[in-house]
Amino acid sequence: MKQPILNVTNLTMDFGGIRALDSVDLDVNSGEIVALIGPNGAGKTTFFNCITGIYQPTGGDILLSLPNKSKKVSLKGLKPNKVTERGLARTFQNIRLFPKMTVLENVMIGRHCRTKAFIFGAIFRTAATRREEESILETSYAILEKVGLAEHANEFADNLSYGAQRRLEIARALATEPLLLLLDEPAAGMNPQETLDLDHLIKQISQEGQAILLIEHDMQLVMSLSDRIFVMDYGKKIAQGTPAEIRANPAVIKAYLGEEVDA
Amino acid sequence: MVLLKEFKKALLTSLWFVFLTFPIVVIKVDPIERTVFWRWQNAFYMAVGTFSIYLLVKFYQHRKENQPKSSDAGENKLPISSLIHRILLNPVQRNIFIGIVAAISIVFPHIFSTYQTNVMTTALMYVVLGLGLNIVVGLAGLLDLGFVAFYAVGAYTYSLLNLHFGLGFWTVLPIGGLLAATFGILLGFPVLRLRGDYLAIVTLGFGEIIRLILENWGKFSKGPSGISNIPRPGFFGMHFNLEQSVLYTYYLMIILVIVTIFIVNRLQDSRLGRAWIALREDEIACQAMGIDKRKTKLVAFSLGAFWAGIVGVMFAAKTTFINPASFTFLESAIILSIVVLGGMGSIVGVVFGALILILLPEYLRALSEYRMLAFGAILVCMMIFRPQGLISNIRRTYKFEKKSPPPVR
Ligand SMILES: Nc1ncnc2c1ncn2[C@@H]1O[C@H](COP(=O)(O)OP(=O)(O)O)[C@@H](O)[C@H]1O
Ligand SMILES: [Mg+2]
Repeated sequence: MKQPILNVTNLTMDFGGIRALDSVDLDVNSGEIVALIGPNGAGKTTFFNCITGIYQPTGGDILLSLPNKSKKVSLKGLKPNKVTERGLARTFQNIRLFPKMTVLENVMIGRHCRTKAFIFGAIFRTAATRREEESILETSYAILEKVGLAEHANEFADNLSYGAQRRLEIARALATEPLLLLLDEPAAGMNPQETLDLDHLIKQISQEGQAILLIEHDMQLVMSLSDRIFVMDYGKKIAQGTPAEIRANPAVIKAYLGEEVDA
Repeated sequence: MVLLKEFKKALLTSLWFVFLTFPIVVIKVDPIERTVFWRWQNAFYMAVGTFSIYLLVKFYQHRKENQPKSSDAGENKLPISSLIHRILLNPVQRNIFIGIVAAISIVFPHIFSTYQTNVMTTALMYVVLGLGLNIVVGLAGLLDLGFVAFYAVGAYTYSLLNLHFGLGFWTVLPIGGLLAATFGILLGFPVLRLRGDYLAIVTLGFGEIIRLILENWGKFSKGPSGISNIPRPGFFGMHFNLEQSVLYTYYLMIILVIVTIFIVNRLQDSRLGRAWIALREDEIACQAMGIDKRKTKLVAFSLGAFWAGIVGVMFAAKTTFINPASFTFLESAIILSIVVLGGMGSIVGVVFGALILILLPEYLRALSEYRMLAFGAILVCMMIFRPQGLISNIRRTYKFEKKSPPPVR
């Protein structure tokens, strides 16, 4: 039984005179892997930035369905941290780790919005705080094991290889216990082996029930992973459907290969 | 080939320096005799000095670049830094180290004169100030150039409350801290969106505003003439003579330093401390991970200011006289230098930084006129040779005995 998680309707974003997003509709159901593809500059990252609160969209609405509740909450106008608290977590196209924190601490930051200890608890190290710290450590470490970075736990994040840094970003996002995981070009810059590992990792996460929205240029990866695909070009959604449908869609082929196809 | 080029560059640099410093070091006018001395030998010294320093710096940089880059070797090259790291990471050695430091602190005033004790008390105040600013600058990465304002708030809180209402030191100590923390939040709100240079300029302005208010609002603060006869810290109504009072203040400061280190250390190792560091490392990623930027920044500002307020009260009680001249930008610069010199985010580093920067000029009286020059020179050298400060922060590592093999290193 598939329930909708995210419903984006008519999302529009203007930068001065430039319309980077033009009435984009998109939806993700629970347990699905949905891909968002399109040529460079199509507005995919902007779409992520709008739904995660980093940009305030000019128009449209973003609705998130909370589990076990019939009510939907709007994410529009929320600050990025509130969006994450509600259940969207993301990675960045250009890696944004905390370079001078250890790998483990990077993941522990992801637990921030699910924990509470504050000044008082920190200073007096109350029993509750200690228990919480321990659970943060345990959860974070378990996530590191899942993405295969456990042996690097105490290294600085910027000492990791490129592919490992991308995996750490995923781990950090997972630590926030998201309803929907947003991945912005997770395979960018990876070698074929790393891409293969990533493919396995995403499948594994998905099998645990995690809904994923994925921006990716590697078509093999997209076709292998996604249940459904949305295609954007020049800020507009130009197609949506299953991988097979998208492969055969003339508008998509045109967007990717240019006008020559017609000629 | 490269060598020749470097020599040429060094030569040009030294000539340029001779030219720049010519009016100061070479020409000397005697207004009474109406004669001019030309001290050419100084120009020569300047040229030789600059030439060799330039080459030395280049040589050092060259060696640094050619060294194979390994993650840890680069960090702890300074012998004192790696020594202290080793001591602190080993529990037995750490306890011995703490024991020695404690013993020295206790006997210090009994060995040295009252004057020396006074100087040391001042240095300890700067330790706490440095630790406070370290929360803001070192951990949260917010460059605050107006930190002295909170120090002033604390000092004036005690002086004024005592003057008008006769409140005692111990009553005002927490009030001063809390009031300064409130001012920290007040400053924090308008600068929430600012970062880096812009933040630095606004905080600098804030510091000056507070000082100018204190200077010009005579009815409130008694203006430039300041407030005198502020009582020294008391102890259950006991009366001390001057010498005992100095001793008492010294021990109070020691206790305050210990309490501060304890609290700052715990904050740093907590969920809040991690959030500060994350904020410093990448603001956008930090927010995207669910950290409330506003709250985290405001807490950093107010907790940093709190310590400045506390030390402000101590300062007023110690000197028994304050006026706005004690709270100039120079103070902010000194405190910032302590944090930068010691090592941003490192508690031990800040303690060392404060002791060095405050005690050195005191003991090298001859140098004290050149204090600012020395600051500049030290800071420039630090930027070049050791951007992470004297004693870089030891990164926190976590151990998992049950589940994982120990980290291989
Ligand atoms: N902050 C911004 N200000 C102005 N234009 C922007 C901004 N962010 C993105 N854009 C524009 O929006 C368009 C889409 O960019 P982006 O979302 O990064 O594309 P994609 O991720 O699909 O490659 C580009 O033309 C880009 O120049
Ligand atoms: Mg993009």
